[in-house]
Amino acid sequence: MKPAKEIHENIRWQDMTPGCEIYESGTSMLTRTGEWRVITPKWLQEKCKQCLLCAPFCPDSSIPVHEGKRMEFDYDHCKGCGICAKVCPFAAIEFQEEV
Amino acid sequence: MSIRERLSGNEAVAYAMRQINPDVMGAFPITPSTEIPQIYSRYIADGKVDTEFVAVESEHSALSTCIGAEAAGARAVTATSSAGLAFMWELLHVASSSRLPITLACVCRALTGPININNDHSDAMNARDAGWIQIYAENNQEAYDNYLQAMPIAEHPDVRLPIMVCQDGFITSHSVENIELLEDEKVKAFVGEYTPENYLLKHENPLAVGPYGVSAYYMEAKMAQAQAMVNAKQVILDVGRSYAELTGRYYGFFESYCMEDAETAIVLIGSSAGTARVCVDMLRAQGRKVGMIKVRVYRPFPGEELAQALENVKAVAVMDKCESYSTHGGPLGAELRSALYDAQQHPLLINFVYGLGGRDFAVTDCEMVFNALEEALQKGSAKPVYRHLGQRGGDLRGL
Amino acid sequence: MAYNLKRELNKPERFLGGHRLCAGCGCGITVRAVLRALNPEDKAVIANATGCLEVSSFMYPYTAWKDSYIHTAFENAAATCGGVEAAYQVLKRKGKIDDTYKFITFGGDGGTYDIGLQSLSGAMERGHDMVYVCYDNEAYMNTGIQRSSSTPRFADSTTTPVGAVHQGKPQNKKDLTEIMVAHGIPYVAQTTFIGNFRDLHEKSRKAIYTPGAAFLNVLSPCPRGWRYPTEDIAAIVKAAVDSCVWPLFEVENGVYRLTYEPKRKLPVADYMKLQGRFAHCFKKENEWMLEQAQQWVDEKWNALLEKCTNT
Repeated sequence: MKPAKEIHENIRWQDMTPGCEIYESGTSMLTRTGEWRVITPKWLQEKCKQCLLCAPFCPDSSIPVHEGKRMEFDYDHCKGCGICAKVCPFAAIEFQEEV
Repeated sequence: MSIRERLSGNEAVAYAMRQINPDVMGAFPITPSTEIPQIYSRYIADGKVDTEFVAVESEHSALSTCIGAEAAGARAVTATSSAGLAFMWELLHVASSSRLPITLACVCRALTGPININNDHSDAMNARDAGWIQIYAENNQEAYDNYLQAMPIAEHPDVRLPIMVCQDGFITSHSVENIELLEDEKVKAFVGEYTPENYLLKHENPLAVGPYGVSAYYMEAKMAQAQAMVNAKQVILDVGRSYAELTGRYYGFFESYCMEDAETAIVLIGSSAGTARVCVDMLRAQGRKVGMIKVRVYRPFPGEELAQALENVKAVAVMDKCESYSTHGGPLGAELRSALYDAQQHPLLINFVYGLGGRDFAVTDCEMVFNALEEALQKGSAKPVYRHLGQRGGDLRGL
Repeated sequence: MAYNLKRELNKPERFLGGHRLCAGCGCGITVRAVLRALNPEDKAVIANATGCLEVSSFMYPYTAWKDSYIHTAFENAAATCGGVEAAYQVLKRKGKIDDTYKFITFGGDGGTYDIGLQSLSGAMERGHDMVYVCYDNEAYMNTGIQRSSSTPRFADSTTTPVGAVHQGKPQNKKDLTEIMVAHGIPYVAQTTFIGNFRDLHEKSRKAIYTPGAAFLNVLSPCPRGWRYPTEDIAAIVKAAVDSCVWPLFEVENGVYRLTYEPKRKLPVADYMKLQGRFAHCFKKENEWMLEQAQQWVDEKWNALLEKCTNT
């Protein structure tokens, strides 16, 4: 069972998985869709009440929740849509232009 | 001791299915394959098998069901004909490219239109490039024997391709003939259990099936699939040998009949072989050096082997129960002509399209074919090389 | 157990980052919320119709799914899922597998209202123990915003463009939820993500854990197709619900229940004005469009209230 991280665009056909199957969970995490981002969220921890309303609204699963608290953004996968800032009742998320 | 019975082709396939007891059947009625799921439903109702029968709302969903089930780790089967197979077209490719060894009993029937329920090979032949293994039967015995070999071939780890077990609609599917059947235990031992390495319901790891494949991977994926079809050739021969050890009946890629010294030969597929055999016997009795090749395995196509079998023949007729509208002949004709191109010696070759929509192919028709070959030999030319047999009004104009 | 957002978000994520849905895509939000309703100890197989979600979530070799996943084609996701479920039933019966699995199919409105309707109808009628989730974004977004039978009347799509003669889609949206109710399956619900996701969560849970076939229709806005700023999605769905364009209700064994009643019913125009696809409706000479849109929504809403036992 070949792991996804060994499959890349230069492999030979003999090294493809049969039927293009994948045998693992969440191999998409190997990619960095955060590179698409043009605006970047900033979490203002001092304003955050940990109400967690932002987390389920993230289409990219990029606001990790651990033991009932949100953690720092997953910047490798956040695409900067801005939804989280808009739904935050406490203005605890700001968006800035990517530099 | 084998069991002697009298069964139709459909009954024989349903009987083989019962002996195998596959996990899932997804099927939809269409003449002339309807009897297969129907007979099988009776086995289920009587508790003789514990297959999950999904009586779907279309052939499209029948094959989709089989794909889902096979990927989930189950052995899945279906049966269909004609428009039903055509409706499956997209999923035929999905099944083969996902490398899912589904078994499809194809009871060959003409494609619409006009709508017609009788036999020709236009349904299966239209699916010839779908990446499925295709094996054709001459009679009920072969339909049974081919069906029992289907899963050991398709599920072999070097192959992992879906397989179509074809028989001729009505001629084979509905005609009752004597048949030798194996005992249930022998079938179970021969076919074995389906044990894929990975499947959707596997405890140890998940499986993801059916990705979007960008150009960087697509060609490599197709190469791997094409290699699987190459691998199938050896596996078909190996399984054929094991089956012969069990039953005494051996099948390879094709059957050669009276070919040792044949000067003219007819190459065909399916039930017409019975007619052709009678004709060959009759003409042999008159001292004419005629022979027959009955193609059993069409995918993978045994091109080199056929060319070799025809190397000493002076003229050959290739019979297609399917019109390609290519203006250049039928599919078997095109592929065999192509195979012969690389051979040392080329026989003259006439490609006949015949038997469409149940048009009879009688011994006299077969004799006309041999006569045409001998006439071509006398003239030193096979022209016209693309002909039709059995129709009123003569052949096509303007070719 | 009462709904608790914090508890639900503590569950391990089953739809991971790195998928290639557009920034701000509603369907990503829907998928995460539906999968959160699974018990963490239960396994699932996800079937997916061809569409945005499929091409984005499993691009070889990158799957965004924690669970086993199968995509076969556009029009047959329900039948494919039914096949997986049938395999589960038989393999379980034969003692070949021990795990508990749930079966969830995701399809867009194109794959559900239109090309996949036959397959969906068949699978629901046969009663496979599965949930079919339509992430309804009201057009063929993956191919570039072509109209579907789910596209609302007057919407500007690439196959119902607004021009000198024609003014967007001439037909009203097909009521698929009602069609699914007519199948007599144990659970049908219409929902979307508002507030703390309670409505979507509870309906997903019922759909997944009700034995037999269940159907969820989830309004999942597409910022590209609907033409609004990506960050505004929460306001858009709230307006859809409060204007009664997208009522939230469920039908359990034939019994209708409204699960959200707007405190103040907003005019449909308040919902439409947020989206570029309806911009032409706000021209002076097109007032009749807003009137007709309002009239249709009112009729549908009143008919729904008639059916709901709790209003």
